[in-house]
Amino acid sequence: MHIAPILSALRRHRLATMLIALEIALACAVLCNACFLIAYRLDQMRINSGVDEASLAQIKVDCDDCNASDLNARILSAINQIPGVQSASVISAVPFGEHYGNAGIHLDAANQRPGGVVEFYVGGPGSFKALGLKLVQGAMPQADDYRPVHDFIPAEAPTWVTQALADHLWPGTDPLGQEFWMDKFHYRVAGVLAHLARPGGGEGGPATREWSVFVPGMPGKHLAGNYLIRAQPEQLSRVLRDARTAVVKAAPDAVLDWEQSRSIGELRKSYFEQDVAMTGILLGVIGALLLVTALGIVGLASFWVAQRRRQIGVRRALGATRRDILHYFQTENFLIVSIGVMLGMLLAYGLNIWLMLSYELPRLPVYYLPISVVALWLLGQLAVLAPALRAAAVPPVVATRTE
Amino acid sequence: MFGYYVLLAFQSLKRNTVLTALMILAVAVGIGASMTTLTVMHILTGDPLPGRSAQLFYPQVDPDPDDKDDHEPRDVMDYRSAVDLWAAHRADRQALIAKGDVRVVAPDVNIPALKLRMLATTSDFFPMFGVPFQYGQAWAGTDDEARTRVAVISSDLNNKLFGGTNSVGRTLRIRDSDVRIVGVLKPWRPSPLFYDVAGGRFSDGDTADFYTKPEDVMIPFSTGQDINQDHFEQFTCWHVPDLNGHQQDWPCLWVSLWVQLDDASKVSAYRRFAADYAAQQMTLGRFNHAGNTRMRNLMAWLDFNHVVPSDVKLQTWLAFAFLVICLFNTVGLLLAKFLHRSGEIGVRRALGATRTAVFTQCLVEAAVIGLLGGFGGWLLTLLGLWIVRRQPTAYADLVHLDLPMFMATFAAAIAATLFAGLLPAFRASRVAPALQLKTL
Repeated sequence: MHIAPILSALRRHRLATMLIALEIALACAVLCNACFLIAYRLDQMRINSGVDEASLAQIKVDCDDCNASDLNARILSAINQIPGVQSASVISAVPFGEHYGNAGIHLDAANQRPGGVVEFYVGGPGSFKALGLKLVQGAMPQADDYRPVHDFIPAEAPTWVTQALADHLWPGTDPLGQEFWMDKFHYRVAGVLAHLARPGGGEGGPATREWSVFVPGMPGKHLAGNYLIRAQPEQLSRVLRDARTAVVKAAPDAVLDWEQSRSIGELRKSYFEQDVAMTGILLGVIGALLLVTALGIVGLASFWVAQRRRQIGVRRALGATRRDILHYFQTENFLIVSIGVMLGMLLAYGLNIWLMLSYELPRLPVYYLPISVVALWLLGQLAVLAPALRAAAVPPVVATRTE
Repeated sequence: MFGYYVLLAFQSLKRNTVLTALMILAVAVGIGASMTTLTVMHILTGDPLPGRSAQLFYPQVDPDPDDKDDHEPRDVMDYRSAVDLWAAHRADRQALIAKGDVRVVAPDVNIPALKLRMLATTSDFFPMFGVPFQYGQAWAGTDDEARTRVAVISSDLNNKLFGGTNSVGRTLRIRDSDVRIVGVLKPWRPSPLFYDVAGGRFSDGDTADFYTKPEDVMIPFSTGQDINQDHFEQFTCWHVPDLNGHQQDWPCLWVSLWVQLDDASKVSAYRRFAADYAAQQMTLGRFNHAGNTRMRNLMAWLDFNHVVPSDVKLQTWLAFAFLVICLFNTVGLLLAKFLHRSGEIGVRRALGATRTAVFTQCLVEAAVIGLLGGFGGWLLTLLGLWIVRRQPTAYADLVHLDLPMFMATFAAAIAATLFAGLLPAFRASRVAPALQLKTL
């Protein structure tokens, strides 16, 4: 195909060519960044909570002035009587549920070296095993690791930290046996967990999403009202339903928190509901964007074909085949889209830098560019196909007609 | 002449229906997307108390001993500071605010106990924020001191418990205390729930919860200290509190104060008062730094907390980028359409039409496309808002198209298309009469 005549023809339609190219450039910039935003969000949603989500459910009750130990005993015995329950234990919070104990920690007793704001999970006997936490280092909590809860956490206890938190607090050193303080309370690392996500989001952005600490604690006055149930995944929804009924009956003085008394899977789903909705919106925008761009190409190409009917006829009369005419319009479109995407790649990076500054997003990975360039080339070829076929169908005899 | 141009425009639109339909579709989709997000922005960034917000202020002092004078103070105050500032009654009106979850039962109604959000505040809250009443009224100023067992409830709760009837005089059991209902609110839905806004800068842009509904139960602040003792929600603590002591003495922040100051001299006087208070507390040894006082007005406080969720802002930018693409599209199509008629324009020019006349006629045609596109855009905006309302966000029920935004939809569509039509119309008006006549 000869490109020179196409280029000189385009030069005669500078304005229209430039408009399409600019439209493609903008579409390229928005497309790259919108796809990137979707991928980023999907990545955030894939967070590993570190627990056996499919087997776990939470039951949460509020009982203002109950005797906490009595409440725990009544509810645990009611849940344990339900067929299919593998274990029931007291826990302060679960991933994707309501957060329990966010607190700033320090690496020295004098509280001079801050370690960041972390989430304390306090779990009663059985909860560590029920959660299905994976150990990287250290051993499971032993019976004498469970200490009375002072205020909202035990004042001094062996603790299990996540690998992510250990890497943040003691980079390059063995976390086992390390110590940290929360105000006057003192903790020593007894084990490292592969993963354990905080209930809510991280306070300092996605990087802090796994800054969690598991502290074994004795259920009692300050650890009551929240229960972790483990069952076979296929039985979990029935067990949960029975558990809600049993708890309402066993503790009529308490109020069951229906919002929070759900399986971890359901809690996770509702936690990410808004992200799913936003992903849907972004997908809608991408779809509409591609559609509008394609329609624009169809419209202008059709107009060009109509305008050049005579020239096409002359070329056909001079021996050009239908294939030559088809290729002419396809090449023309390819050239325009190529100009557009070259500009578009620059714009995409500009937009990304602005997003990075305004929304603390990471840099756009380079491979997004070729993918969107190919997508726009394909889109351009698809859009121009119908008008180009119509052009190819122009009979040579048109050349001899006067309009 | 204008009517004739409009007639011409419609005729020309009919002549090339595919191109016309494409243009109208492009304008409609672009306007629909941008007006949907703009409407959501308009609702979320609005003034929750128009006419009053400029007189409402949020004073802050900083009791946190670990904080520094060059930091922002914490978003909420400790009990002692808030109550001291309130009790001085230096503002035209002042309201203390603390929140907590409570268990509520209506003893004479057969509905199981509810877990509800409760607001403990002072009587000025109602006139200061213009809270409307359906039945009864707010408690009196004397009740703030007398720790009276009274409550005001939301219309939602009144519907749930009492089927919407006048429940003034009936009893609610909150935790273990009986309170008498003295007032029932009309449906009241400030957007955002401005008096609860705090900590927005720590929420990573996830601020949709600032648009939740008001609390269902409101009781006098002093009464709250009795019946919900030590169970108010804390914003943060600078040390681990001793849970066996009273919440009033905890090293924690959980009480906020709003004041109404009717003129500029009162505003500066109150600023001085708050600064003097902090300095005095420092000499008393309760604060160990004093320079850290702030007092923003309502809208500035909302801005400081970035109340508009970042997702919404992102959607708005996206929609506008999209509108620009749609407009580029329209420019290209209009250009094609106008130049397609070069022959016709040439004849008109040869017959004596001025360039201005051709230019005007082309713009009228663009405006007609804008109007039709605006109509499509309006339908798409309604569809878009319907989708937003089905989203699981706290502000979903607030979203609707009000009259100004309805007008804006059409204005934006016409303005955008006129803008898009400028260049093609200019090109069309430059068509040389002779050249076109020759090719005919």
